[in-house]
Amino acid sequence: MRDETLVPLRAASFSPRNRPWAGAATLAVVIIIWQAGSSAGLISELFLPSPVAVGWALWRLALSGDLWANLLASFVRLAVGWTLGTAVGVALGFAVGMFTLVRSPVLALVSALFPIPKIALVPLFIIWFGIGEGSKFATLAIGVLFPTVISTYSGIDNVQRNLIAMGQSFNLSTWSIVRKIVLPGALPSVLAGFRITISVAIILLVAAEMIGADSGIGAFILSAGNLYRTDDLIAGVVILSLMGLSLAAILTRVERAVFSWR
Amino acid sequence: MVAEPARLTDAPALEEETSAPTLRLRVDRVTHQFGPNLVLDDVTLEIAPGEVLALVGPSGCGKSTLLNILGGLLLPTKGGVLIHGEPRPDCLNALTYVFQDFALLPWRTVAGNISLVLEDKLRDEKARRERISEMLRLTGLENFAHAYPKQLSGGMRQRVGIARALAVRPACLFMDEPLSALDAQTRALLLEEFALLIARAAITTVYVTHNLNEAVRLANRVVVLSRRPGRIKAIVDIDRPAELRREDDPELLVAEKTLWSMIRDEASAADRELEDAR
Repeated sequence: MRDETLVPLRAASFSPRNRPWAGAATLAVVIIIWQAGSSAGLISELFLPSPVAVGWALWRLALSGDLWANLLASFVRLAVGWTLGTAVGVALGFAVGMFTLVRSPVLALVSALFPIPKIALVPLFIIWFGIGEGSKFATLAIGVLFPTVISTYSGIDNVQRNLIAMGQSFNLSTWSIVRKIVLPGALPSVLAGFRITISVAIILLVAAEMIGADSGIGAFILSAGNLYRTDDLIAGVVILSLMGLSLAAILTRVERAVFSWR
Repeated sequence: MVAEPARLTDAPALEEETSAPTLRLRVDRVTHQFGPNLVLDDVTLEIAPGEVLALVGPSGCGKSTLLNILGGLLLPTKGGVLIHGEPRPDCLNALTYVFQDFALLPWRTVAGNISLVLEDKLRDEKARRERISEMLRLTGLENFAHAYPKQLSGGMRQRVGIARALAVRPACLFMDEPLSALDAQTRALLLEEFALLIARAAITTVYVTHNLNEAVRLANRVVVLSRRPGRIKAIVDIDRPAELRREDDPELLVAEKTLWSMIRDEASAADRELEDAR
């Protein structure tokens, strides 16, 4: 008499999968519960305005033009500050990755300055660069600079040495090796850094606008809070979230285009 | 994307194969140390133009180190490599490597990887494109010109490695275990192609391998290195012409046995020494 059993699969799990619809459904469920709570009178409109009220606030702001004026002011700060910090950061990170003379000095500075919360420096930047746009640009640029330096030089450090040796063995010029091997090899890490610095920039943008500005989403949220207009306040927060999401989506597109070879 | 091409016996020969190679290399009293470890000890070796030399020896005997020193990828602690004569005028890179791990740029296509090593010196774009398609034809890669390395099998990737190396019309070809990352079947196929390509191109070749069968199939001369520190233990000549060599050639099998008897003691001693060192 045979007594056979099936060998059970033991190598299952530990491999979560992406299900985009489940993500969207989760957001929808949260919003529905929130709306239901408000409609049933369980949540006070002042304490937490309902999704519908936030939607109306957004609509009103869009019609009056307040939304676009503030959004434009914020977007210009974000674009200028982030680009400035990224340009200097990539250049410094490249130098750290390439030159012994630069490496230790710049890394020492980065290690010392990176942990400082940049928000603490905003009052100082206002004294240095004025209460106007200068201090906002500086806050964002400095905040973006350090993570960019780190992601760039670690990208260069992680370029496979055998590829560089290959280039050297074929007598490629230094410039060719940098342009055709080192930079493309470092690009994934640089772009991964962008993902982080865009979020950092949005956080700093709002903080800087709350400390000293009369335009921009941060200033708008602060004044809405001061006036207990919580529907406007949440509307501003929703805009920030959408801003971050769309920038991340753009970056994903760029990555797909650049890394089509993967 | 991963199909292997047909055998390449009727592939076109390299152009200008008539001009005989003239570059002579001389390894002169090369000693090399990695930290406290003596890897190569006073190695002197003459490499004649056009010969195919296999470098064999037990693991860690410094054969790859010697190959890197030969092409100037590593500076020896003592001694040096002397080069004599001029490469052919169309040579773009006299000392050229084929790497064990292929060393292909993953973000460039097959054609792009070959183009990479031509762009600096072969400025004329038309000439460059012609050179690339010549190499693709030679290695049976015509249909893979626009494929990325990731889409290719290991054997196809190493075909790109050899196409890239031959594209610069090298005077010397240094091959560092080019087949050891491949499975046995691909290895056997590619070995035949390599033998043919090397014989046709008449390029001085130094071939590092731990596979004695590869050594006797390809080489005119097999240099046996002792266990670390590597010294030249023996040099075995294999006179059989390349086109007559077959897998089951009795003469080659004898040579392979002879080599193995020389290396076996070294290898097992090296193994025990590594054990002691732990």
